Amino acid sequence: MKSAVIVFPASNCSRDAQVALEKITGRSVDMVWHEETTLPKVDFVVVPGGFSYGDYLRSGAIAARSPIVQDLVRKANNGLPVAGFCNGFQVLTESGLLPGALMRNKGLRFVCRPQKLNIVNKDTMFTAAYTHQDTITVPIAHFDGNYYADSTTLSKLKKNNQIVFTYEGNPNGSANDIAGITNEAGNVLGMMPHPERAIDPVHGGTDGLKLFRSVLESLR
Amino acid sequence: MKAIIQIGLKTGVLDPQGRTIARSLDHLGFKDVLAARQGKTIELDLKGDDKDAAQIAVKDMCEKLLANTVIEDYSIEIVD
Repeated sequence: MKSAVIVFPASNCSRDAQVALEKITGRSVDMVWHEETTLPKVDFVVVPGGFSYGDYLRSGAIAARSPIVQDLVRKANNGLPVAGFCNGFQVLTESGLLPGALMRNKGLRFVCRPQKLNIVNKDTMFTAAYTHQDTITVPIAHFDGNYYADSTTLSKLKKNNQIVFTYEGNPNGSANDIAGITNEAGNVLGMMPHPERAIDPVHGGTDGLKLFRSVLESLR
Repeated sequence: MKAIIQIGLKTGVLDPQGRTIARSLDHLGFKDVLAARQGKTIELDLKGDDKDAAQIAVKDMCEKLLANTVIEDYSIEIVD
């Protein structure tokens, strides 16, 4: 599996995503600068966490209009697997690849801690390897993680099994405890928690590894 | 010519910052405040003097970048 990570000004989890992908695939990872207009030929793209463009205007808003994301949107709409973590999730909702929006946390505090998640849908290319686990613990670290969508969108997400992860103990006010969703086709995942920061015992846990393994195995 | 754009959360979307502001005003003794909503203003300096064309162009800017219409409403005022 060839993979790429998009790098924006003030992305700060691009290196973590790179390390996770290298560990799982055993191959070097293309780091793609936001001003590029075309993605390299890869099988999987990660939109990383961070504070792209200083969160100016709205978190993820400016990144979602950058040249590389226009190509990402075109290719994701044609089936390219894409995952956005934290700021990456915000970029994916701002770009229109995923429904809804991420608002300021309900408690008006930056939350940064290990977070237990329920795996609501294991029948996705991002969660298939979690066969024997119903919950995982991965870090969260965000100010704008309060998932919002109107009631029609929320029922549609539930009906189509697009809700992949929910929080155990809602840390930010997200509608229906939503922590991560896919698009309708199932090839685009967005989640506020950081699986790429839970891939080595020194991180305090390795529950994030199987997410990357799921993608790898689904593409074999 | 200037465009003054007011952007705020839609009615029905919970605004925790607005709520906190209202509570704080209440603590300060301003008992007439029923609710507060927080938003932002963006001012654009525009070339030309066709206000109708500017209104259309700025609406397009709001839809494409300045507002996230999933959660936000906006209003546009074009002034000299």
